[in-house]
Amino acid sequence: MAHHVRTDYGDSEPLFPSKAAAFWYAVLLAGLIAAPYVLESYYLSQLVFIMIYAIVGVALNILSGQAGQVSIGHAAFLAIGAYFTAVSQKYGVPLVLYLPLAGIFTGIAGYLVGLPALRLHGIYLAIATLAFAFIVEEIIARWESVTNGNEGLMLPPPTVFGLKLGTEGFYYLCLLVTVLVILAAINIIRSSTGRSFMAIRDSETAARSMGIDTARYKTTAFALSAGITGIAGALYAHKMSFISPEMFSLSVSIDFVMIIIIGGLVSLRGAVFGAIFMIMADPLLIILKDKVPLWSDALTHGLFLPDTVTQAIQAGVLRVVNAPGLKSLIFGIIIIVFIIYEPMGLDGRWQRVKAYFKQFPLARQRAARPPRMFLKSERR
Amino acid sequence: MLDFTQQLISGVALGCVYGLIALGFVLIYKATEVVNFAQGEIMMLGAFMSVTFITTLGLNYWLSFVLCVIAMAILGAIMERLVIRPILGYPQFSIVMATIGLGLVIRALVGIIWGTDDLRIETPFTDGVFTIGKLVIAWDALSIIVATILLCGALYTFFRYTRVGIAMQATSQNMLAAYYMGIPVKRMFSLIWSLSAMVACAAGILLAPITLVHANLGFLGIKAFPAAVLGGFGSIPGAVAGGITIGIVESLSGFYLPEGFKDVAAYIVLLAVLLWKPQGLFGLNAIKKV
Repeated sequence: MAHHVRTDYGDSEPLFPSKAAAFWYAVLLAGLIAAPYVLESYYLSQLVFIMIYAIVGVALNILSGQAGQVSIGHAAFLAIGAYFTAVSQKYGVPLVLYLPLAGIFTGIAGYLVGLPALRLHGIYLAIATLAFAFIVEEIIARWESVTNGNEGLMLPPPTVFGLKLGTEGFYYLCLLVTVLVILAAINIIRSSTGRSFMAIRDSETAARSMGIDTARYKTTAFALSAGITGIAGALYAHKMSFISPEMFSLSVSIDFVMIIIIGGLVSLRGAVFGAIFMIMADPLLIILKDKVPLWSDALTHGLFLPDTVTQAIQAGVLRVVNAPGLKSLIFGIIIIVFIIYEPMGLDGRWQRVKAYFKQFPLARQRAARPPRMFLKSERR
Repeated sequence: MLDFTQQLISGVALGCVYGLIALGFVLIYKATEVVNFAQGEIMMLGAFMSVTFITTLGLNYWLSFVLCVIAMAILGAIMERLVIRPILGYPQFSIVMATIGLGLVIRALVGIIWGTDDLRIETPFTDGVFTIGKLVIAWDALSIIVATILLCGALYTFFRYTRVGIAMQATSQNMLAAYYMGIPVKRMFSLIWSLSAMVACAAGILLAPITLVHANLGFLGIKAFPAAVLGGFGSIPGAVAGGITIGIVESLSGFYLPEGFKDVAAYIVLLAVLLWKPQGLFGLNAIKKV
């Protein structure tokens, strides 16, 4: 790895790692601004979903990746943000007001969930967030005077200062929010708050003995993460223009955790990669559903097998391809494969590819591989 | 009063199932510090297998029970070998996610193999009832309670008197010391996964006559979390006691409280217990060494 020579304290935590990186991010931003003029509305809509998922990914990255606290109930925060939006829009609150308020309101909810987190570790915390998510889902389904229960709520299109936001306007709103959230997250991570989060993640006892108020920072992490997810929830509600309790079930929470597992836990870039992966997986699966029977057909015909065998294979392939649980089967396998073979996620792979080209003729695969983990009983 | 007793008994029966699933969590957690989120799905797989053995192949109930438990023991060891063994020693979060992934895979495979219709099995206990005065107890419910007691006894004997059981206890108490004593720690992990899959399978077969066998049965596993946490996540009697508590709470709140409380009562109890006693009701208050 190349060395960075630091000549100033600010150098150790720059906003952009290099001038080249700043340039490429500017290019990316310009491309995203130009996107509505270039892309069809379907791709634009996918981009909006990617941005919403990326915001949630950033939120989870702060909580799990930086502060090391597990949450498998983030769909609840998304729901709180979404319902807050729907209700405030109904009472005529303007968007510029309720969008940040959704974040603050959800942040308070996150703070309250963070309180038990002070006394809980690891798995207990995960289960507590799970329980919280179930309770929120049930409250939303039952509190019919506000949430309209299982019937769900319709949202009129968002308006800013009396102007109706169309598809493109909403796209720019999402882009603005995403960029602001990512910048805020980078700044949180490189501030003392972020370093305290990392200290807590790496060892709570060590963090406490260095004078970090672990209780305060853990609740802060929860509040921040929930608040950001709440803002994503507000955008999500507008994107879907209809919300109902079953849109915020456990499987959504698991999708969110998948974002950061697949993207990579350590960096914000990973959250964005994970969001792209999760959103693009659906259309890819639909394409595969059409193509795989054709491919297997061609393959079995090429092998000159007896007719009965061909038919049996074809029937089996069709059955698997049309099975209702196919998506969760593939996602389950993806989770396991990523955790076993790519523990640093897509971002880790990206870093390695980059390092390979940087050190080109000298790159060695061994050096880039993450260290093997050992059990206590394996240490010799 | 009659209603109350009736609800209490059905609560205890349901609670025993939660307890058995929680027992599976606890067995794995104690030994390997892994929380297996796929436990509910493993139970579901057991129930579906019993459908195949009993309804499709037409075998005797007791024979099918034994065959299912043996098959699940093998599958449990295979799951451990394929999914958990490669990531031993990783952060707990990763391992938890891997077991969630395993659960998704099992649920999807069950859907592909057995379809999404509700299935039922015939057992020797179906439709039988047992009456004391005005109190009516279904044999199904009674069979669960009796089987739980027997299973707990068997597990106690196993852990107390057999070499393998004692080796498992040693592994869960101190992995390193166990390794120095010549216990094959990794093989113990496989065995513990088999054992836990066997318990889950038994729970699934016992539950099958009460709730129909369907692809969402695995979600009961999530209800068993409160049970395990209540019991302290490290104690085997605690898991069963926690399960029964959750079962009773759920059954009574479904009867006396407004609609909707039944589904979340377990989680409300869970959060309350975690706030009040973070280590669970039966948990040890261990301070982690650095």
